Amino acid sequence: MNGDGCLAGTFTARRGDLAVAIDLDVAPGRTLALFGPNGAGKSTVLAAIAGLLPLEAGRLRLGDRVLADASSGRVLAPEARRVGVVFQDYLLFGHLTVRDNVAFASRMAGASRRASREAADRWLERVGAGGLAARHPLALSGGQQQRVAVARALAAEPDVLLLDEPLSALDVEVRVDLRRELADHVRGFAGPTILVTHSLADAAIADEVAVLEQGVVTQRGTLDDLRRAPATPYVERLVHAAA
Amino acid sequence: MPAALVVVAILALAVLMLPLVALVVRAPWADLPALVTSAPVLEALRLSLVTATIATVVCLALGVPLAVLLAHSADAPAPLRRLLRAAVTVPLLLPPVVGGIALLLLLGRRGLIGGWLAETWGVTIPFTTGAVVIAQVFVSMPFLVFAVEGALSGADRRVEQAAATLGASRWQVFRHVTLPLVAPGVAAGAVLCFTRALGEFGATITFAGSLPGVTRTLPVASYLALQSDPDEAIAIALLLLAVAVAVLLLLRDRWVPGVRA
Amino acid sequence: MTRRPRRGAGAAAASAVALIALSGCSGSDAFTPGDEPGATITVFAAASLTESFEQLAAEFEAAHPGVEVALSFGGSATLASQILEGAPADVFAAADEATMQRVADADATAGEPQVFATNVLALAVPAGNPGGVTGLADLADDDLAIALCAPEVPCGAAAATVLDAAGITAAPDTLEQDVKAVLTRLVLGEADAGLVYRTDVVAAGDAVEQVEAEGTDAAVNAYPIAPVGRAESATAREFIAFVRSDAGQGVLADAGFGAP
Repeated sequence: MNGDGCLAGTFTARRGDLAVAIDLDVAPGRTLALFGPNGAGKSTVLAAIAGLLPLEAGRLRLGDRVLADASSGRVLAPEARRVGVVFQDYLLFGHLTVRDNVAFASRMAGASRRASREAADRWLERVGAGGLAARHPLALSGGQQQRVAVARALAAEPDVLLLDEPLSALDVEVRVDLRRELADHVRGFAGPTILVTHSLADAAIADEVAVLEQGVVTQRGTLDDLRRAPATPYVERLVHAAA
Repeated sequence: MPAALVVVAILALAVLMLPLVALVVRAPWADLPALVTSAPVLEALRLSLVTATIATVVCLALGVPLAVLLAHSADAPAPLRRLLRAAVTVPLLLPPVVGGIALLLLLGRRGLIGGWLAETWGVTIPFTTGAVVIAQVFVSMPFLVFAVEGALSGADRRVEQAAATLGASRWQVFRHVTLPLVAPGVAAGAVLCFTRALGEFGATITFAGSLPGVTRTLPVASYLALQSDPDEAIAIALLLLAVAVAVLLLLRDRWVPGVRA
Repeated sequence: MTRRPRRGAGAAAASAVALIALSGCSGSDAFTPGDEPGATITVFAAASLTESFEQLAAEFEAAHPGVEVALSFGGSATLASQILEGAPADVFAAADEATMQRVADADATAGEPQVFATNVLALAVPAGNPGGVTGLADLADDDLAIALCAPEVPCGAAAATVLDAAGITAAPDTLEQDVKAVLTRLVLGEADAGLVYRTDVVAAGDAVEQVEAEGTDAAVNAYPIAPVGRAESATAREFIAFVRSDAGQGVLADAGFGAP
């Protein structure tokens, strides 16, 4: 880790017609939930942080590293950002075994096949998927895929962890257990974490919540703050539904 | 399905199959072993297999990157995109003889590039085995490009982004994610490419000529044999048909779309 | 195949004429044999006859209003194979007697083949003779690009005769399946020298030159012509007669052919 290790910046990113403006400051070991309805621009923010989408304006830094600066045109390529992502539908590599999915980042960084696979097996054990190493990822259940995706992202030893609706594709029965597991992994992660979700229950993993509606942050605070004083009709509706 | 449609469909099937049935029926079966193992036929077979294999390798090396470019051209301005697509499509629609003439005008001794090659380096391309490969590449590359491009546009390209976030450089993404992702398309394209190269006639005879062991591939030999020994021509045609069927059977369950059992 | 219904129409027209003629109490000589109105004949001719037969057909049509001559050119052997497979030809003009004999042996001719022209080979080079070719011996030069006909086809057989007689082992770079293909190599300058018929040199105009060389006349090709097909056509017979007439022979001589 370099500098203060904070993921910080003020920027605008655009996907299609929707421009999202956000002000971020997440300290290492802290988790921010980006909360909001579908189409609010949550995934756009993640894509911009991961380097999959250029900034329209503003800048973003991770510790003392500039990830992107729209005014100077400086952009760090996604592969150089050390940003781990768990995608909404996991995007596991169908042509590789579970073990080689998790070993992928280490292999790309130049480690030997053997060392990468041994490390992958350790990560799989840690997420409770040790028995799946030789399996084919696309043949796994949603919950199993989610574990593999988390292991793959963490195995890359990223400086930031981005979780894009990691629980939304799961059945209700397994969701509670996996939420608890995910919370453990997030707690164990040393860097800043951003969790995108549209579920208040999932947002409970986070230390702080930012509500994003139509590209604008409409409320910021702890989950308790939101429950106590919903700032918008959308938040109020959800709080009431959950109560 | 309306009965009339079934009738027409059967007619279409007859159009496709009956000529091949005639070929098989009229084949000189008794003399066939002797005909297809005669020295000239074996020489042509060997030349055909070697040139078609080289042509397929060249098509893979050049065609896969072109397919990737084509697949990425969705972000390019529309006129450029259409131009790119047309450049790949035209050789597909062109009569191969026209392709042969065009190759002569480019690479012949008095061609745009061929003239320079001949004067500066003393290199002439027509009448060489290399010319056969070039003709085959010209006619068969579009098959490969479109097969691979089809596979690329059908695949979920977001896994490439996932790979990038895991630290894979652009080249690593291409090598370790994109290529495996489209491997079935590449394989199917290579098979199409090989069989098309094997059957290539018009551009070959126009551009490369016809000399035993050097440029006389099986289709060229078959056409020449028709002048003197139709039985031999039929035997060679049968040989080509057998190779095509063998290739399809070999890859049946694996890669070739539509031939899966 | 297309000419059958036409002939039916011709017959209907003929009977209509006959009816009128009957009512007019006149003879039937208003309608002479061979003067079938609307008749089409299909002539299959060797590739080397292309220019002269196009002219002959045009002159024949001009002299026989209503008659149409459809021409199909190709290698003699290919045309023979097509005729033996039942292609609808009425006249076949081949570039050698052996090929005509194949058709005659299969009883596909409808009359005795007759030689109507001869042709000899010529040593031909692209305009300006870039290879510096001076005689048949140059055909053995490995450094020159040499185009010949394949030995399987008539012009290739003739080339073999000429080369054997001259005691030369040629070093060809390509063996084409018909003489026009050899000529194309010369016209495009891809080949430095080749053996084509004298008529081809005439037909190619300025693009190709003939190098006067000893021994090219060792093989004289005789061109036979015969009516073919099951139904004998009067128009076909008349066309053959026209080819062999003085007028026809004049056209052929202009194209470089020798007399039979």
